[in-house]
Amino acid sequence: MSELTYLTLTQARAGLLAKEFSVDELLEAHISALAAHRDLNAFITETADLARQQAKTAASRLQRGEAGLLEGLPIAIKDLFCTTDVLTTAASHILDGFKPPYESSVTRKLWGEGALCLGKTNLDEFAMGSANVTSYYGPVRSPWTAVGDNVAVVPGGSSGGSAAAVAARIALAATGTDTGGSIRQPAAFCGITGIKPTYGRCSRFGVIAFASSLDQPGAFGRSVEDCALFLEAMAGYDPNDSTSADLPVPDWKSEVGGGVKGMRIGLPREYRVDGMPSEIEQIWQQGASWLKAQGAEIVEISLPHTKYALPTYYIIAPAEASSNLARYDGMRFGLRVPGKNLAETYMKTRGEGFGAEVRRRIMIGTYVLSAGYYDAYYLKAQKVRRRIADDFTQAFEHCDAILTPTAPSAAFRVGDKMDDPVAMYLNDVFTVPSSLAGLPGISVPAGLSASGLPLGLQVIGRPWDEMTCFKVGRAIEQAADFTTLPYGLEAAA
Amino acid sequence: MSLDRSTVARIANLARIDVPDDQQEPLARELSNLLLWVEQLREVDTDGVEPLRMIMPLPPRWREDSVTDGGHADVVTANAPAALDGFFVVPKVVE
Repeated sequence: MSELTYLTLTQARAGLLAKEFSVDELLEAHISALAAHRDLNAFITETADLARQQAKTAASRLQRGEAGLLEGLPIAIKDLFCTTDVLTTAASHILDGFKPPYESSVTRKLWGEGALCLGKTNLDEFAMGSANVTSYYGPVRSPWTAVGDNVAVVPGGSSGGSAAAVAARIALAATGTDTGGSIRQPAAFCGITGIKPTYGRCSRFGVIAFASSLDQPGAFGRSVEDCALFLEAMAGYDPNDSTSADLPVPDWKSEVGGGVKGMRIGLPREYRVDGMPSEIEQIWQQGASWLKAQGAEIVEISLPHTKYALPTYYIIAPAEASSNLARYDGMRFGLRVPGKNLAETYMKTRGEGFGAEVRRRIMIGTYVLSAGYYDAYYLKAQKVRRRIADDFTQAFEHCDAILTPTAPSAAFRVGDKMDDPVAMYLNDVFTVPSSLAGLPGISVPAGLSASGLPLGLQVIGRPWDEMTCFKVGRAIEQAADFTTLPYGLEAAA
Repeated sequence: MSLDRSTVARIANLARIDVPDDQQEPLARELSNLLLWVEQLREVDTDGVEPLRMIMPLPPRWREDSVTDGGHADVVTANAPAALDGFFVVPKVVE
């Protein structure tokens, strides 16, 4: 395996511009890595031929000095983004054979900036999950394994394939989507960096919808700087998404190293949850000390409604999902399972086409929206959501950014937490609150658990203040100096 | 709130998802547990709180309501399980 796959996105970009290697060399190294790591099941569809085609244009644009932000750089796309004429599944049986006739706005921008598409990555079905175990195409395994254990651990979810691909040095960067933690939690589990920007920063046009008031595209990379560069290429106003923000995209990548001197960093006291492993508490305190040593002031803050965030989320997200997923009726695309009449065809198609977790969420969502229960569940949840968002507004009067653990544990074994949905949902206890408030959040690898698995720290910023997330994230990255590679990858480095 | 089998059957019908008889009981238990868990929201005082329906940090931009695309019936029906001459073919609806 080539050392070209061990470069960061930023380094690979510089290498191409300086003609240290060619677009073809860089691409073929990544296509070999893709083939070498098929055991991870990180991809649903590989698109090496498409990438080779794109590489020709990239090479000539580099030659002419017309390089885009990501010219010639091989990346991966979560299989929730529609890509023209390329199978797009949302990891669901119900989208069998679906080849979109149009391109999502985010991927269109990425190809416009010269990125090369290695393939479409595996995910939890319709992005519903925290372990990438609900995919119709089978679970993704993390490139990491616990010390002294050969059992596969989960990459986190729902963007598990994207996180595993970046961690395993298959792709230089990857897109993800985050509804309640689906970028930040897998980034933490896989020892890489992931950013969910402010709701509205990236267009959702062409992204298969789960919960529209929460869904937001974002980026995975192997450094904070890489995430800043990649997100710059993804973000921006789109007339096709009325919720996308009409704001200029800042030059994040140039200011990542701005430092944290004089910043006030808040630690929410309610995030010390019962039963949290001591190693999570320790890494959190470590993170605070690192920032203090670099000139930040650490303040305790309060987010009083934290404990209500998960139950609020598990009313609102399923309610929106039950509405969004009503479109899968077996008539216009994907799977159709014929019945005796139209109604039975709907029932059979949806009964067979959706997996257990998706069915569960559609049922809950249908129930909380049904006559007689709407006020007690759905309206109540929307009111509590307001309380949760107000908590953050008040907290940001006392601090510039909030530091928390990303997840309450390191990655667990494939197959664990499958019997109890609530135990699985608790993975997102630290990421869901800021999602409900639409805030930007970044996860940065900070250290290893006792079992040798990565642990991440999350930095939450004010609306549109991804810049502060990047600066604080970079400060943690510098102090943590996280260089451990997944088991089996050391030899090649 | 505890859901019984018949309620599960009713929700399944509303959601147009076929749930075989032998799965209704276990699903009723699962959904009941989830509802029991979310009921802790009752503890929160939300009197006079405006529901948060959509996070919109900025007001949306207006645009002309004009036709910008269309006339692609073949492309639109290309993914259909059954299509004919630019139309979707669906099971008979009217007897």
